[in-house]
Amino acid sequence: MNGWNGTILHIDLSKKIHHFEHLDSEIYKTWIGGKGLAGYYLHPHIMRSWDDPEMPVIFMAGPLVGTASPTSGRMCIMSRSPLTGTVGDCSVGGSLGTELKKAGLDGIIITGKSDHLSGIEITDKSVAIRDADDFAGMKTGPLYERLKRNGAVAVVGPAAENNVLFSSIMVDDSYAAGRNGIGLVFAAKNLKYLTVKGSGHVAVHDSEGLKRAREDIFRLIASSPVLFGEQGIAYYGTGALYDLMDSRRMMPTANFKRTHFDMASRMNAAAYKEKYAPKRAGCKGCHILCKKVGQEGDHIPEFETMSHFSALLENEDIEVVTRANALCNEMGMDTISAAATLACFSEISGERLSGYRILSLLEEIGQGEGMGRELGQGSYRYAVSKGRSELSFSVKKQELPAYDPRGAYGMALAYATSTRGGCHLRAYPISHEILRKPVATDRFSFAGKARIIKIEEDLNAVVDSLTACKFVFFASSLEEYARAFTTVTGVETTAQDLLKIGERIYYNERIMNAQNGFTSKDDDLPPRFFEEAGSSGTDIEVKPLNREEFLQVRANYYKIRGLDENGVPKEEKAAELGLKWEQP
Amino acid sequence: MKQLVDKYAKKLVAAGLAESGAPLVGGLDAELVWNQRSPDSRELGKVFNKLNINSLLFSKPAEPYCSLIEYLVSCADDAIYPGDCETRTFMHDLPVVRTFDADEIARALKQRKSVIIPGRGIITWGRVSPEQAFIFYSSVCFACFVKFFADYLNDSRAGVVSEEQQRVFDTVFKHLEPLPEEPPVLMQGPYQSEAEVYRALSEAGRLTVEYHLVDSFFGNISYLYNNTLYISQTTSSLDELEGCIDPCPLDGSSCTSITASSEFTAHREVILRTGMKGVLHGHPRFSVIISMDCEKEICEFKGQCHIKCPEKRFFEDIPIVPGEVGTGPHGLCHTLPPAMKGHRGVIVYGHGLFTVARDDFNEAFANLLAIERGCRDEYFKRVGRHR
Ligand SMILES: [Zn+2]
Repeated sequence: MNGWNGTILHIDLSKKIHHFEHLDSEIYKTWIGGKGLAGYYLHPHIMRSWDDPEMPVIFMAGPLVGTASPTSGRMCIMSRSPLTGTVGDCSVGGSLGTELKKAGLDGIIITGKSDHLSGIEITDKSVAIRDADDFAGMKTGPLYERLKRNGAVAVVGPAAENNVLFSSIMVDDSYAAGRNGIGLVFAAKNLKYLTVKGSGHVAVHDSEGLKRAREDIFRLIASSPVLFGEQGIAYYGTGALYDLMDSRRMMPTANFKRTHFDMASRMNAAAYKEKYAPKRAGCKGCHILCKKVGQEGDHIPEFETMSHFSALLENEDIEVVTRANALCNEMGMDTISAAATLACFSEISGERLSGYRILSLLEEIGQGEGMGRELGQGSYRYAVSKGRSELSFSVKKQELPAYDPRGAYGMALAYATSTRGGCHLRAYPISHEILRKPVATDRFSFAGKARIIKIEEDLNAVVDSLTACKFVFFASSLEEYARAFTTVTGVETTAQDLLKIGERIYYNERIMNAQNGFTSKDDDLPPRFFEEAGSSGTDIEVKPLNREEFLQVRANYYKIRGLDENGVPKEEKAAELGLKWEQP
Repeated sequence: MKQLVDKYAKKLVAAGLAESGAPLVGGLDAELVWNQRSPDSRELGKVFNKLNINSLLFSKPAEPYCSLIEYLVSCADDAIYPGDCETRTFMHDLPVVRTFDADEIARALKQRKSVIIPGRGIITWGRVSPEQAFIFYSSVCFACFVKFFADYLNDSRAGVVSEEQQRVFDTVFKHLEPLPEEPPVLMQGPYQSEAEVYRALSEAGRLTVEYHLVDSFFGNISYLYNNTLYISQTTSSLDELEGCIDPCPLDGSSCTSITASSEFTAHREVILRTGMKGVLHGHPRFSVIISMDCEKEICEFKGQCHIKCPEKRFFEDIPIVPGEVGTGPHGLCHTLPPAMKGHRGVIVYGHGLFTVARDDFNEAFANLLAIERGCRDEYFKRVGRHR
């Protein structure tokens, strides 16, 4: 096999045994790798509770990882989400995917539960389960320092050990598998860390062809203002989006009460650049290098973190944002859910949170102390306990990222239909609604959006399976990546063939969610978006979403996606995609 | 959706790329809608079932495109290989399919953004909007035009023009619209307010399209006011700039330029180096063709002229420089700004023409028109020399 190694490592922590599975090439062709293949392995277990020892945590890299294909240093981590109850997955960067491939593996599937705190160390095909009791309660940074000589490092912090429902897995110190509480499933296995080091290399079918595909992609990336424009994310990080979101009047402010933040021009990426003079850093095998690290080693927050720890909490101090980001990473918890949960707490309690209070509440959440025990359950459970569920800005109990859906109607639909709950990355309509790629669509209109969202969900399912970075698709298209795929694997394909696989991957996720009772009632947005206007500007009117129009576009989406009117998968559509499903 | 398919059908006609009534544009959301009733919509409807797309455009191109594209496909096996840089970067090659059959069409469109069917026309698609289909269609016409004329010049220099080629050339020549004699009168500068800047940019952009100095959307324009560069957004249409201009402060205090034209850096550098206030950029066709006409037979950079040409080349007083779109190592932001100093315009190899505005766009527009006229005259002079 080329691109794929053909081997999956299974580790059972209860029995402390492991074995290697040699996978048939047809299964790779059916699911690609990464998120697609992870979904294939998760499906049989999806009705288990997330803390059932038999629930797997799946680490899966795609065929492009470890090759010269651009931006392909990422991988997928998947299990059932403790936060949402849906399929739970994250695309994560750093070096873990690359090391895994160099170790001769495509993925690692961990089941069982260790009788005491453990770590897994993998060096090529040798697997060791180590005692990690000494690391109990340790923050992610110091633990990374202890482990980094072992290769790529994935760890959980105190938050996961203290049952925080939005715990993350931190890879190589600063790359977060942040969402869905994936870190908590890891910790539920009494697992504190995983390290992987590989010394092999990934076989490529046609390296000359790959070189040409790579040059085509590079040329497109170079022509992209969002990526490589001088104010693009290569130089400013994803924070480059910050000014734009505010100027488009869709920056969630004060727990989504407003969509414009008065202090935005002083809290933007340019302000971080002046304060921290950051250097460029990033995932293995990427030349965009969107990560920014200050001269003193401070990690400059990503866009979502920047926005939610400033506007959403009405915090006017950059230092607090940077420290909140560092604290979340040290504790091993998702910045989006953490900030949004604090914003929900702030609105319900009526307390305007000072910088000091924000940081001390984060500490309490991570350590499972005081108010932190309640807030560590996320905004939805907290708001319900106070009888104010409408003030949790979440979908399927997962907090929404930093794009107000009243300013981008495709985003409104995509939030609702995302199979992992409140998430911007499943369809990423910001690409065309705001960034004008591939062309601009009318952001204040639902017209045409149902099919667009469906197609883009399929597209990103492919991207997360190859695995590549979503940012590169601001410039490149799947046509170029289909060529990279063929030159790497030798499997003839086209963008459209890959999209069909993407459709299968996404439908499989809908089926898994339906098995756990998810229906149209879960594909919905908090009521404020339909009732209150956002903050209009001189030429921009931000109206509340029209409920009838929203329900209509959602119904259109169901039809296009091949679901019934309740959003439940259909047997014939499942069969068409080669999936098994019995409609209840 | 209906509104969008109608809009782009009309735009094709207005841009001179299709005869009135020819474009068939379909858009699919929950239902499939067409801009007009047509017997072809049945077969094309089947293409929708085979591809994850939301729009399809099918049209017979207007003259002169129709004749020259028919000629190019008659010489091609299964694809046309364009030489201009935009097409090379974004479209790769242009596949040809001989039958109007949904399976065949879908197979080609799976790989590429367009397919040409001899005797019938061009089919293109959009994933998120019929606008993409419109852009791809327009790119095919542009690329084929440039290729046809460039090939003819080369062939006449080599003395190998075939009878058929000559016949088509004569037909195409008859259909070539003359360039307007006079430039329009544009708003007088320097502009005194932000509102004036927006109006001036929209006006100059729209007229650049109306004067056919660019196909709609290809091109960009900027103006410096209050240390802020006002520049057209990426993928905006020069004839529809209202609401599509980004103010980009030059003190680096904000990142709003991430939706600006990919030529933001080139524009800014030109303005800073020349002390001018504005830049106008279009893709007038004969400027592009002349830029690609090089008589050097042996050259170590053959095939890489667009990024590596080491010669100091000129058309009259106008420098011709290599450079790709964007800020990559071969980006035109490195080659264009130094070349612009002391010149009324610069042609980027195989791509397009840039001119500068001192206080307003009158001179920039006049230069764009004059240089294109010069290139057009020069083209026919060079052709005549060899005939
Ligand atoms: Zn251009």
